[in-house]
Amino acid sequence: MSKQFKNNLITYGIIIVFFAIMQTLASTGNLSSLFKGLLVPICVYAIMAVSLNLTVGILGELSLGHAGFMCVGAFASAFFSMCLKDSGMNSVLRFILAILLAAAVAAIFGVLIGIPVLRLRGDYLAIVTLAFGEIIKNLVNVMYIGRDSKGFHISLKDTAALGLETDGQVIIKGPQGITGTPNDSSFIAGTIILLIAVFIITNFVNSRSGRAVMSIRDNRIASESIGINISKYKIMAFALSASIAGAAGALYAHNLNTLNALPKNFGYNMSIMILVYVVLGGIGSIRGSIIAATILTALPELLRGFSDYRMIIYSVVLIALMLISNNPKAKTFLEQHDLRTILRRAEKEDK
Amino acid sequence: MALLDVNNLGISFGGLRAVDSFDIHIEKGQLYGLIGPNGAGKTTVFNMLTGVYKPTDGTIVLDGENITGKKTTHINRAGVARTFQNIRLFKNLSVLDNVKVGLHNDYPYSTLSGILRLPSYRKQEKAMNEKAMELLKVFDLDKECDYLASNLPYGKQRKLEIARALATNPKLLLLDEPAAGMNPNETGELMETIKLIRDEFDMTILLIEHDMKLVSGICEKLTVLNFGRVLAEGETSEVLNNPEVIKAYLGD
Amino acid sequence: MSFLNYCINGLSLGSVYAIIALGYTMVYGIAKMLNFAHGDVIMVAGFVIYTMMNSLGVNPIVAVLISVIVCTALGVTIEKIAYKPLRKATPLAVLITAIGVSYFLQNLALLIFGSDTKMFTSVVKVPQLKLGEIIITGETIVTIIACIIIMVCLTLFIKKTKAGQAMLAVSEDKDAAELMGINVNATISLTFAIGSGLAAIAGALLCSQYTSLTPYTGAMPGIKAFVAAVFGGIGSIPGALIGGLLLGVIENLSKAYISSQMADAIVFSVLIIVLLVKPTGILGKKINEKV
Repeated sequence: MSKQFKNNLITYGIIIVFFAIMQTLASTGNLSSLFKGLLVPICVYAIMAVSLNLTVGILGELSLGHAGFMCVGAFASAFFSMCLKDSGMNSVLRFILAILLAAAVAAIFGVLIGIPVLRLRGDYLAIVTLAFGEIIKNLVNVMYIGRDSKGFHISLKDTAALGLETDGQVIIKGPQGITGTPNDSSFIAGTIILLIAVFIITNFVNSRSGRAVMSIRDNRIASESIGINISKYKIMAFALSASIAGAAGALYAHNLNTLNALPKNFGYNMSIMILVYVVLGGIGSIRGSIIAATILTALPELLRGFSDYRMIIYSVVLIALMLISNNPKAKTFLEQHDLRTILRRAEKEDK
Repeated sequence: MALLDVNNLGISFGGLRAVDSFDIHIEKGQLYGLIGPNGAGKTTVFNMLTGVYKPTDGTIVLDGENITGKKTTHINRAGVARTFQNIRLFKNLSVLDNVKVGLHNDYPYSTLSGILRLPSYRKQEKAMNEKAMELLKVFDLDKECDYLASNLPYGKQRKLEIARALATNPKLLLLDEPAAGMNPNETGELMETIKLIRDEFDMTILLIEHDMKLVSGICEKLTVLNFGRVLAEGETSEVLNNPEVIKAYLGD
Repeated sequence: MSFLNYCINGLSLGSVYAIIALGYTMVYGIAKMLNFAHGDVIMVAGFVIYTMMNSLGVNPIVAVLISVIVCTALGVTIEKIAYKPLRKATPLAVLITAIGVSYFLQNLALLIFGSDTKMFTSVVKVPQLKLGEIIITGETIVTIIACIIIMVCLTLFIKKTKAGQAMLAVSEDKDAAELMGINVNATISLTFAIGSGLAAIAGALLCSQYTSLTPYTGAMPGIKAFVAAVFGGIGSIPGALIGGLLLGVIENLSKAYISSQMADAIVFSVLIIVLLVKPTGILGKKINEKV
């Protein structure tokens, strides 16, 4: 069994064990309703973190607009489900189709945005991805789409401008967004999507395409010199990352009655939040991203007892974590007192 | 016909003429040296041959194919591989993976096949591993195959870079100062390796080098570059005894 | 309102962006970091002035001066506590820390002042100017003049003083500057001090224009100023001015003639187009990797 295979099994194991524990706690009534409500968001943000890790850790480009892809996926899938809500289609099948659609639409956006953006480097790339994220959020907020017997109507002005027949229904109402999306998301659905996302990304990383992407990250010029098509693999990784974020968006949208694009959920603040998960979990570490996303999504809720102080504590924890993890003295201390090191030392002494 | 035919190659950066009317003709299987003082334009020639820079004028023909001004990726696929003066490895990849990236274009299973681990993935990955290990063995790197490239000692990093270049199955191998930073022992070993590559892979090699022991020891022909122009060319011993060349190196 | 009026208002908003962008660009040039908390310093300045004027009845000019002092101290303190220990860390670690500082400032303000919007009394007491059709408010006049003065002073400071030259040297090559006997830490502190002081002035002007204040007031202008800095070429002082002014004018004109809801989208689209044509901004230096 290869080291890498074992590593992946541990990740899958952690997800499944976490799922089992939460499910047992919930069914025995030991989970507060507040925490129960957090289970799907935890999956959403874990999937987001895993997918952003592909861009930041594997492709090595800093993206500050990842929430934009989630937004695209959320709206595309919610729109799809709204259209088929009364068609009598099986809700599980409809949800699966909605997720696939979300992933596909987000991937298209990933390619369209990736082509111009990936020519830029470093901070310039970061700011342009941020800009794209904001543009997506902004456009969703001025978009009105309705449907009547004649088909779909789109406007960027208001509901009246749609010119719907009397039997018409407005599906996307500009800043009011989409109301009445079927509640198809569940903790189990979220866990399954997360497992699939981890499966796709780890397998991608360990294939020839993934190696090509990492070679570009490590040394673009050398990578070109051995015949790697730089743009193709950059865009591939970016689009794959976007499509998984789109799937997370579908999960997010079907967990809410009303979906609107706010700075809070799809703005750059959210993109940055996801980046925080990735960095704290360890850049390039899929498992780390999941654990960091889970803890940091739950943390503000766990700190509810401190009510007003919780966000301050959160920010202080964040700063302290960065300072400690980058402090050479703290690093050596942690390494010396790491459980594995202690065990290894004990083993040696035994011999 | 020669494997590499370069005629009247030149490039200007702004007003600066970095390389001017450069000609070189390399036969298949030759071990050819490109020498000259610092700043003479040797690496610039390499960069034009590999498409990093677009030449302002002149033509580069490899084995009958005109590759002048083509993209680096295309030129590599046409059959030119190189190493770099300042080592450029994929530092965070394992030694084995560094070589496997070089094999990328010879094992073209699809991305989807890779994600779903289809039979084509398993078969080709296995073949890739074998091929890569074979190459690593030639360079005595097979024991370090799981190391991160950045953890290799300097001399081995240089070797790995050559192994990676060879993995792309080139017709022509360009080595940019392969002995830079090596001690005499390592250089001696490197000379053996370069000869071995030429014989074992039936390779044509063009190398830039300052170490005269290496140059006189293994190169069959030399071209000397000075101030962007060819100063002399011919058999190694002839060129090294050319008074013009000695003057360029030692000054007046 | 006439086209010219929109342009003048745009220049006024753009001047504020330019002043904030200066802070971004200077810190980026020297510490090579994106100081995400920069926008929140603006908000802190707003609250300091608000408290001084409303609760303590201090004269507006004095209130602004106090806010400059407070923010300068704040900027230096943030740098000492949060950024200095990370000099050798990855740029991402520093970015995340800056985000942490930004959250901290926002939530501290939230805790002290609550989330409701405060009415901000303008600190500018200059009467408006009427030129036929065109009306220029006192705030606009003061903002534009302030921006010009700051630009001139800053350029002179960097060109003519020893400290300014030290800043240039550090931004060029930190290690070489240190070997030449420049106190790198002091120079970085000075940069943060100047940037934060400028942010305080920008805060006073911004709040006077919009006459409202919340803990999140600084966030969006902060991002826009960052965009302006990139737009003009990050690290370049004239670039920050040009980027800021252009951004302000484009934003105001789109609000007036296209759609107020789409103004941000348009601003960001222009940024993207500029960067695609000129990947390092209008006045940015092109960096080629040596092979």
